[in-house]
This record gives sequence, C-alpha cells and structure tokens, in this order.
Amino acid sequence: MARIRIRNEWLERHQFTLRVIVVGSIGLILLLAVVTRLFYLQIVSHEHYVTLAEGNRLRNEPVMPPRGLIYDRNGVLLAENRPSYELDIIPEQVPDLDATLKALAKVIDIRPQDLKQFDDLLKTKKPFQPLPIRSNLSDAEVAHFAVDRQDFPGVDIRATLARYYPLGPVTAHVIGYTGIISQDELARLDPNQYTSTSQVGKIGIEGAYESLLHGSTGVRQVEADAQGRTVRVVSYTPPVPGKNLYLSIDVRLQEAAEKALGSNSGAVVAIDPRDGGVLALVSTPSFDPNLFIGGISPADFSKLNTDPLQPLFNRALRGQYPPGSTIKPFLALAALNYKVVDPFKNLMCPGYLYVPPNPHPYRDWKAGGHGEIDLPNAITQSCDVYFYTVALKLGIDRIHDYLTTQLGFGEPSGIDLMGERDGVVPSPLWKRQTLHQPWYLGDLVIVGIGQGYLLVTPLQLADGVAAIAMHGERFVPQLLHAIGDPLSGKITDTQAHALPPVQESYASAWNIVVQAMKNVVATWEGTAHNIGIGAKYSIAGKTGTAQVYRKRLGVFGEESEADIPKALRDNALFIAFAPVNDPRIAVAVEVDHGGGGGGTAAPIARAVMDEYLLHEINPAPKQP
Amino acid sequence: MLNVFASAPPRGDASLGEQLLQRLHLDGQLLLALIVLSLAGLAILYGASNQDTGMVYRQAVRVALSFVVLLAVAQISPQFLRQWSPWLFALGLMLLLFTLHSGHIGRGAQRWLSLGVVRFQPSEIMKIAVPMMVAWYLHDRPLPPNWKQLLPLAAMIFIPVLLVAIEPDLGTALLILSAGAFAVFLAGLRLRVILLIAVALAIATPIVWHFMHVYQRERLLTFLDPQRDPLGAGYHIIQSQIAIGSGGMFGKGWLHGSQSQLDFLPESSTDFIYAVLGEQFGFIGAIVLLALYGFIIARSLLIALRAQDTYSRLLAGAITMALFTYVFINSGMVSGILPVVGVPLPLVSYGGSSLVTLMAGFGMLMSIHSHRKLLAT
Repeated sequence: MARIRIRNEWLERHQFTLRVIVVGSIGLILLLAVVTRLFYLQIVSHEHYVTLAEGNRLRNEPVMPPRGLIYDRNGVLLAENRPSYELDIIPEQVPDLDATLKALAKVIDIRPQDLKQFDDLLKTKKPFQPLPIRSNLSDAEVAHFAVDRQDFPGVDIRATLARYYPLGPVTAHVIGYTGIISQDELARLDPNQYTSTSQVGKIGIEGAYESLLHGSTGVRQVEADAQGRTVRVVSYTPPVPGKNLYLSIDVRLQEAAEKALGSNSGAVVAIDPRDGGVLALVSTPSFDPNLFIGGISPADFSKLNTDPLQPLFNRALRGQYPPGSTIKPFLALAALNYKVVDPFKNLMCPGYLYVPPNPHPYRDWKAGGHGEIDLPNAITQSCDVYFYTVALKLGIDRIHDYLTTQLGFGEPSGIDLMGERDGVVPSPLWKRQTLHQPWYLGDLVIVGIGQGYLLVTPLQLADGVAAIAMHGERFVPQLLHAIGDPLSGKITDTQAHALPPVQESYASAWNIVVQAMKNVVATWEGTAHNIGIGAKYSIAGKTGTAQVYRKRLGVFGEESEADIPKALRDNALFIAFAPVNDPRIAVAVEVDHGGGGGGTAAPIARAVMDEYLLHEINPAPKQP
Repeated sequence: MLNVFASAPPRGDASLGEQLLQRLHLDGQLLLALIVLSLAGLAILYGASNQDTGMVYRQAVRVALSFVVLLAVAQISPQFLRQWSPWLFALGLMLLLFTLHSGHIGRGAQRWLSLGVVRFQPSEIMKIAVPMMVAWYLHDRPLPPNWKQLLPLAAMIFIPVLLVAIEPDLGTALLILSAGAFAVFLAGLRLRVILLIAVALAIATPIVWHFMHVYQRERLLTFLDPQRDPLGAGYHIIQSQIAIGSGGMFGKGWLHGSQSQLDFLPESSTDFIYAVLGEQFGFIGAIVLLALYGFIIARSLLIALRAQDTYSRLLAGAITMALFTYVFINSGMVSGILPVVGVPLPLVSYGGSSLVTLMAGFGMLMSIHSHRKLLAT
C-alpha cells in the first residue's frame, strides 16, 4: 500500500506538472488572443475609433444669425427682430412624447396647427435638435412653464428673435412676412444654413431677398457628455448676420396712399421715373403681417382668406385690370411711331362710331360726342371715337408689338418681388391659343379704349407712365435701394437697371403726349381738372374708367353710377407724373369699382404726389 | 529582481525582511505584485470615477481590509484548511439556499445576504469552497479520478453552480464552474472523459434548444450576441471598444479619456474599468496590466507546482486558474471577443465582495507556499 502510494505520488506529481503546463499554455494563448484584439483595436483601427469617440464627444450646435433689418428710403424701420420666447422640445430627451405634449397643453396654449407644424418638423429634423412647439410665448405662459419645468424633461424655453413689422398693414404687401419653413421650402433651401432657423421669408421683400436677409449660420462646437449636456465650448464660429435692406419705398407715401384710398379696395404704385425706384406700392385692404409670425391661427387665416375684399391679394402686383382710357397716351405714342395719324388733323367725333359689319355703333363716353378733335385733345378729353379709329388704323399686330416690346405691358416688369402677374396684351395668336376663338374686328376696336381682352397691372401702368415722363427712358422697377452690411457698416447702393428706350419715330411725339396729359389736369376740358386746382407743381395725368359690367345707364333704370351696386361699378384708374418738366414721381392708381377715374382715382394720386413733392425731406443718415 | 522561478533562499542567511516575510507566512514576490496591482487599480479607479475621491477612499479601505484577510488566511495551515473544507462547503451551500429563499434583491437578482451590519454574497464563498471541496475529495484517492468518482465531483461542482446561476448571477456561476473544473482537470482527468463530456454537451445543446421557449431562445441569443440589442446590452460593448480603440498606443493620458470622463462608457468603475485603462494608458498600459496578471498567475502556478500534497496542489492550481478566468473573461468581454458577462477585473474594479474572496485565495496560496518550507525542514 505504502509503495503504491509513493509511486502514485511521483506519477501524480508528474501528471500535475504536465497539466499545469497545459493550462498555463492555454492561458498564455488566450491572453495573447486578448493582446491581439487590443492591438487590432488600438493600433490597427485606432483612427476609426478616434473618429467615433470624437463623434460621441463633440457636437456642432448651429447658431442662428440675426435676420437683416428692413428700412425705407428715409431710414424708417419696417422690419425688426424682437426678443421672443419659443418653447422647444428635444424629442430624444423626452421619455414619452405624446404624454408630454398632452401635459404641456395644460400649461401652455398649444394650437392644432402648432402640433401639425411640430409633426412636420419631427419627420425632417434629427431627434437631438430642439424643435419649436410654440413661438411668441406670452410672459404669463413663460412663468407658468417655469413653475412646472421639472415635469418636462427635454422641453425648454429658448430666448430667440421674432420678426416684427412696426407699421403692420401699411407695408404688408411690400415687405411680406416670414413663417415657419414648410417641407417644400426645406427641400429648396441649403439645409446647413437652416439648422438653427425655423423661419423663412414667405412673400414680399422677405421672400425675394431671403438669401441676403438670412445671413449665415454660425457653429458652436461643444463637448457634450452622454446625457447630451454641454460640458464646454470647444470652438465658436460666429454667425454672419443678414444684410440690412434699404428700400426705395417712402412710408409717408404708403401711408398717404392708404389714407387716400380709405375704405376702397385698390392699388397705388409710385415710381421714381429717373431710376425705377418704387416709392410706394399699396394694395388695400391690407392685413397685419405680424399675425403670420410663428404660424397664423386657422381662425385668423380663414378670416383673411374668406374676406370678399381679399386683403391677402396684392392688387398692385397681381391685380389684372382693363386699363380703360389710361391706355390712350400709350396708343397715341404707337400711332405717332407708326405714323398712322397726323396729330394735329381733326377728326369728327359724333359720339359714336359704326364699324361694319357690326350693326351697333361703338359709343363715346360723352353723349353727343366731342365734335372736331385732334390727337392732343382726344387725350385730354379722353375721346373714345378718336381712339377707336387709332386702334383700327394701327391694327392689332402693331398695337401688340408696341405695347409689349416698347412699353412692357403683357409681361412681368421684373420688379424684385415674387408673384407678379403678366397682364394681357391680346393678339389673334393669343386668342386662338387661349380661348380657341378667331380674332374679330370688334375685339380690336375696344382695345383702343383699354377694354376687352387688354389687362394690365397697376405696377405696369406706373412703369409705363414713368417711361412717358422720361420721354422713353425706361428702368426696371426696383424696391431694393441699398444694402447695409451690419459688420463693416458699409452701405452699398444698388444699381438702376436701365432698359432700351422706347422706340418713337415721330420727333415731337413725347412733347405732344406729355402736353396733352398736362392738359388733362391743367385745363377745364381735362378729365382730371379737379386735381389741378391748387397744385403747387405741374402734373401730367390720364384718367381711366374701366367697365367691369356691360351696361348702359338707364337700361336697368339706373339714373347714375351711385344707383349701381358697388360690385358692378366701373373701376377707376389714373396715371400721372410730376413735375412735368422735371419728373420725380410717376403714379398709377386703381380703385376697384371706384366709378370715374377723374373723380375717384385722380385725387388719390394727387395726395401721394403732394406728400412726396411738397414734404420732401433730407433722408436721415442710414444705420448700417 | 523578481524571478518567478527563484528558489527560496536558505533560512540561515535570510535578511531581516525575508525573515519577517517567512514569519508572516508570506511570499514576497506575490505580495509585491499584489500591492503594485492594488495601487495601480486605485489610480485607474480615480481616473474612471471622474476623480471621485470618496469612491477611491472607500475602495482603498476595502483593499487594506482584504490584505488583512490575506494575512490572516496565510497563517492557517493547509492541513487545517483541508479538514475544514467540507464544513465550509456545507455552510456555503446552506447560505446559498437561504439566500435564494430570503435574500436581498439587488439589481434584479437575489444575491445578497445581510449579516447585521455586513451584507455579503454567499456565492463568493463558493468560489473558494468548491475547489477546496474538490481538492478535499480527491486528496486521499488515487489519481486520476475514476468513473465512479465523477458523479460526486460533478455534484459538488454543479449544485452550487446551478444555485448561483438561478439567482441569477451567471458571471459568478461561471467562475465557480471554472474553479471546480480546473481542480478536476489538474487532478488528471483523462482525455477520453474530457472528450466524452464535450461530445455529450454538443449533443445536448440542440436537444435543450428544441425544448426551449422562443423567448428563452431570444434571451440566450442576446446574451451570446449583444449586437442584437445595440441600445441595451450592445451599447456597453460598443462604447467600450470605442474607448479602447481611441486610446491608441500610448492612450489619452491619465484622467483624459473622453469616453470615461463624459460618461459615454457605462459601468466604467466596475466591470468596464479595463476599457478606461485602455483609453487613458493605451495599448502599452493595457499590456502592462495583463503582464502583471501574467506574473501573478505564473508565480501562483509555481507555488502550486512546488506544493507537496495533492490537496495543496489542486487547491493552489484551481485558485490560480480561477483568477486567470476572471482576467480573461473580463478583458475578453471589454475588448469585444467574449459576450458581456458580469465579471469584475480582479483588484481593479470597484467593489468589495469579490476582493475579499480573491485575497482569501491568495492567503491560501501564501499558506501553501510558506508552510511547505516549514514541513520540509
């Protein structure tokens, strides 16, 4: 037994030593496997993991650039940024989004459209980005939320800047407004620039000059911990603030035009004929653009949208009206250019004109007619028969050519606003393509008095009358006057865009037409002599009264315009410029259903010109 | 200097220090390595806990206490340990059952037993008690163990393993299993038996799989492959690899790891502390720590080889290889070659329960080392 134990002892020792060597070797191999793995992670893939660690650690936070301010030509502030409180949600940090939104709604008024906007943003933005759920919080709402803040992880109030339009409706149709970026807009915009900005210019100057006003987003690179809390700022690239814009608009004219239009719906466009700078662009009724900031409520929007007077409709830019008699000076220029009339040769106006084969006569506005009348007097007294004849002599092709290529009707003026309408200068081709109908002689006759298919915008009329004022020199109408760089303080004036001058082969044509237009205001025969009274400067103008309702007084028992329902009354138009020999302002006025151009529209133009010419001020030094 | 294979100097010309170490039944090289490791561990913990001095202080107290345990256990002779092995095993088993019945639930598992002021995990006792029991059972039987002895051996290993596994504490169960299995393997378990067990496991796996519910399969798969669940268990391992990989050759410097300092790395003070080391001290630091463990394991294996009786040999070898299992599972898990199992990095991870067991184990190694010399004289 003992011998066996001793032998076993030796064998066992030997066995044990072998086994220790085995486990030791296996252990060594396994530890070397770990070393190999460490080598792979730390040496071979080092760069890869450094990138991942940096991605963990560093976060780029966009910094919103302050939006550029908008001033008028005299330095009056038209659009500014006001401190405002926005309620933001970082979806990633909210444990239960639905429950949080429900609970939030008890503390803060969250409207259905806020939720909709938030849902849209939720689809496009990353979950660690703060998304606005409500903007323009009231002080009371801020206070309420502050009390319950601890109940809402991932929800916070952010001090931001909100757009504000101090003059509200007065400049609404010029400045436009900003609103929350829509899905479509997000697809068009540079996503890197709009990470911090939830608002974008929708229409007006805000929309047209979005890229100048927006500026460029800054970046704050921060070190963040695993919970997303900022530990420290690593680097900071400041945002570049948006450019300040100086418009050629003079708010005094805007206000004067709006006041003169009163409760009428209509449009006033005033242009500096010397450079195309737009001095006033008014469309009434207007709206308060501040309602749109941070999203307009459905109730407010529906009120604006269903108003029969269409306050959101920019009549100056998009309203297409028959020009009525205001087209006559332009047709006179065409007639002289093509030498189809002798301006000083009289024509007999019996008060009507038969154009065979139409058995019915084309009537003059003046019963009994103007008698023997030449071109200047036909403009001054707005003789319809004379211009029926002019139209017949010119023919539709030459009218179409001259009005479009020389005077800019029928096509956009090129103003720096979006959504401008073309108007219509009819032609046989146009009629065939659009209405699929042949061109009739009768269509041509009434073009002579600015009726029928001919449609113009108030802006085109102002642009055209500015060309007359400048004896054919033309400029693209432009609202942007100067650009201010808030960083350097430098202000750069924009260039006027000159267009080729109006072709006119009759040497004294401009003087004839201008003199005739001056007589519209200055003589007792003139259709707008009412506004010439007491004027401290010379005015050249032309009235227009455009039928929107085919009627003859008396047929339905109406004694006068006043007996006709307002919606069926004629549109009143007036175009003018002043002073005649040194034109500084050209105006077009359109008053929906205003009745006669001389009675309703001309005084509005006078008020605007008075404001500009009599109270001219030295522009204040511009603030960068 | 430190030579694993240096033989003990003759007692006569021993220096004062060596005499003191012998009087205290300590092995100088192993002790020095453990002290270096503990101090390095505290430094890493300081960097892993965001300079939490309170945490480092508490851990330092635990380390100091565990060294006292080491010193105390080193005084107990191997014979005494052997005689008390079955009793300790029985006590551990009873406590384990008691814990399952009425233990504290900490972090979702019933592991803790409260003893008045001190709470401890009875499963920790089993890490030592199972190899002691196996060594006791085999110490007076001829080796290698024969077929008849396999059944009791399997019972004394798998009963505690299963009891711990259902707590559930898979990490500890794995460590107990490895300690017991290494003891049996070192006892010379025949190769054909090992192969037979392997074959039996290979056959059993699909059968067990077949009888499992779908949700149980899912759990097992997630346990085996954390990438299936990248926001849950997978997050740990992904962040851990980022920490290690971004450390590079020389690391980002002590207290300068963004992954650990900014809390991207979870469990950075406990199970994933090795990733903190890799991030702050780089490949070099990670290798140096592994080398330190390697030295401790090699020195301990040498003590096992020099042991003069079966019980001491098997116990020393099993304790050493259990330490190896700790190190391999933890470093393998943190570097992403093993699934995530809750196993701390010995002497470095924050926590006291496993520290005491580990040091008690080292105390036994010291005892086996020093008492051998006394017997030889």
